[in-house]
Amino acid sequence: MNTLIAVLVGVLFGAGIFLMMSRTPVKLIIGLVFLSNAINLLIFDAAGLTRGIPPIIATGAETMAGSSADPLPQALILTAIVISFGVLAFALVLFNRTFKSLTARDLNELKATDT
Amino acid sequence: MNTLLVLPILIPLATAIACLMAWRSRTIQRIIGVIGAAGLLTTALILLATVWRQGIIATQLGNWPAPFGITLAADLLSAIMTVLGSLMGFTVMVYSLGSIDRRREAYGYYPFFHLLLMGVSGVFLTGDLFNLYVWFEVMLMSSFVLLALGGEKAQLEGAIKYVTLNLISSAFFLTALGILYGMAGTLNMADLAQLAKATKYPGVATTLSMLFLVAFGIKSAIFPLFFWLPASYHTPPVPVSAIFAGLLTKVGVYTLLRVFTLLFIQNPGYTHNLILAMAGVTMLTGVLGAMSHNEFRRILSFHIISQVGYMVMGLGLFTPLALAGSIFYIIHHIIVKTNLFLVSGVAHRLQGSFDLEKLGGLSLKAPALTVVFVISAFSLAGIPPLSGFWAKYILVLNSLQIESYPIAATALVVSLLTLFSMAKIWAGAFWGEPPDSSTSTVAPPSAPNLFTKAVLYGPMFLLAGLTLTIGLMTEPFMALAVRAADQLMDPAPYIQAVLESRP
Amino acid sequence: MQPVILTTATRYLMPMLLLLSAFLLFRGHNLPGGGFIGGLVAAGTFILHNFAFGVQETRKLLRVNPLMITATGLLIAMGSGVVGLLTGKPFLTGQWITLPLGKGEGLHIGTPVTFDIGVYLVVIGATLTIILALAEGE
Repeated sequence: MNTLIAVLVGVLFGAGIFLMMSRTPVKLIIGLVFLSNAINLLIFDAAGLTRGIPPIIATGAETMAGSSADPLPQALILTAIVISFGVLAFALVLFNRTFKSLTARDLNELKATDT
Repeated sequence: MNTLLVLPILIPLATAIACLMAWRSRTIQRIIGVIGAAGLLTTALILLATVWRQGIIATQLGNWPAPFGITLAADLLSAIMTVLGSLMGFTVMVYSLGSIDRRREAYGYYPFFHLLLMGVSGVFLTGDLFNLYVWFEVMLMSSFVLLALGGEKAQLEGAIKYVTLNLISSAFFLTALGILYGMAGTLNMADLAQLAKATKYPGVATTLSMLFLVAFGIKSAIFPLFFWLPASYHTPPVPVSAIFAGLLTKVGVYTLLRVFTLLFIQNPGYTHNLILAMAGVTMLTGVLGAMSHNEFRRILSFHIISQVGYMVMGLGLFTPLALAGSIFYIIHHIIVKTNLFLVSGVAHRLQGSFDLEKLGGLSLKAPALTVVFVISAFSLAGIPPLSGFWAKYILVLNSLQIESYPIAATALVVSLLTLFSMAKIWAGAFWGEPPDSSTSTVAPPSAPNLFTKAVLYGPMFLLAGLTLTIGLMTEPFMALAVRAADQLMDPAPYIQAVLESRP
Repeated sequence: MQPVILTTATRYLMPMLLLLSAFLLFRGHNLPGGGFIGGLVAAGTFILHNFAFGVQETRKLLRVNPLMITATGLLIAMGSGVVGLLTGKPFLTGQWITLPLGKGEGLHIGTPVTFDIGVYLVVIGATLTIILALAEGE
């Protein structure tokens, strides 16, 4: 399972970076979405996958009996998802506005502020 | 005690909320904005005084003991950076009163300005790497909005480049965090520092450090990762440029200083020498870029890159004195650079252009502005006895002491070239003949009233005065930098303060 | 031209969806759910209304600028953190009170819940700000 997810992470990274190199703004954004999903999976995988033992202390007990899944990665991932959701929503608005007001068709035409 | 650590984050947040609540009234937003910025500056100064007297302080948010909860911690470096951040926040806030147009004010300039300050303070004060990521994003989100606010064509285009590259940098950062968490099982910096000393996999640690170097390298605009900066910094209104120039890249430098003195010190022969080499090339490309330009703000943007090289150079040399030099350089640079951008704003106001060929004759028209520019520009180039001279002096002195001759030579040459390009601005904008007004297409600027004059010149005089003070009375500032560097070189008290702090 | 099926369905769906969002919000205290997901459902409800009736109508329905909702949410969230500070504990420390309901029963409420309500409002406000801006741009 670990290996499978690791491969999936690799594929998502590859696809994301490939899309980001395209000239089309929409593809750039989809590439960023892929990238952020790849990273979330990576955190999930790197922190270790544990099945079926939720980190819940049984009623009456003081500590956990034996090992359990790590509850932190899901919190990290949730935070990362929320942030990437916000940032990507902003990026979408920005790209939309830009390409409307500049009447440019692709990213290669954005050269006015380059040095 | 623990309230003091939270306030630099809470005050800008409260100010931003108050500004949002007063959405319809520009006047109320302006008043709240100034009060909030002044409050932040006061708190930051108290924080610095406390840390100076009592040593490193830490607090555990939500009363969860470290390393399980989120820690806020302030050593001298954090406190110094918070003071600088809030000082820039205050001066630029006052300057904005006279130079931000009504439309931008109506669309939320002030709330987002204060959210930016909140993000910056958060980065400086947090003791947890994931929390650092969150504050980075708070800061970036607000900077995205400030950059695009107003929606001019150049702005939108600059914003696209800025947003995309910063998102990629965040992606690198988050990837590194994921792998680091998988390896260490903790993201508390003090806890990580303990584990890093005894790591069984120094090779993986070095690989990880490279991921962090790329992520923070993009943020701090070091070679070869700086391309977003000159493409975007000259597009927004001057106050936005000024606060970005003063603070944002320095936030990246701060994180580099933090991470490469606390966590990744297993293999300095590789990592720190690489940083040193990058620092040298950064200085050189930055200053060469600046020399090839003829637009006030583009020249200044390239100088940011070149100056970041000096700051990172101290980290690359990795001796207590060099780190002190870096910290001193940051103090000097933030003040001077923000001030130069503010000067460019007034120059634009007077002559209607940022182009050096269309400026000219400002020394006759605005002698006060000229004085401010001369102090800042000569300080940037490192002319004694101004603050930049001392900063460069320490760095070069130390690199000679440890026989790192190439970097010393680079630093000296770059310094000379900086003087050259400052002289170019001088000759183009301040000296020379004023442009022929009959051929100029720009409408003559309306004469500013007394209030506008006061809010534009007040901050510039304050910052120029500070530059002079640092230059003429170097001793206390240097003592501060040296002690901050000592704390960085010996992380044991920091680790102890964080892990043993009890609410 | 408004699609009849969509507008009719929206009228019936909206109260239920809003109820669901409130349910998710309060369920999140001890079980999966919470302010973020609840806020998204609530924002989704208003977006549905926007599809059915148009931006103007949605703005009229909301009565306030979505940014005000965000500001209120931020204020509530920050306030629930400050409660901890006021009792001398670190920022964000949970504080609890029990409201007596008679017969020895009590309603246990605390700052984590109010914090979540703040998050709920921030998510609604921020999402709607962006979505309505996009919808108006078309």
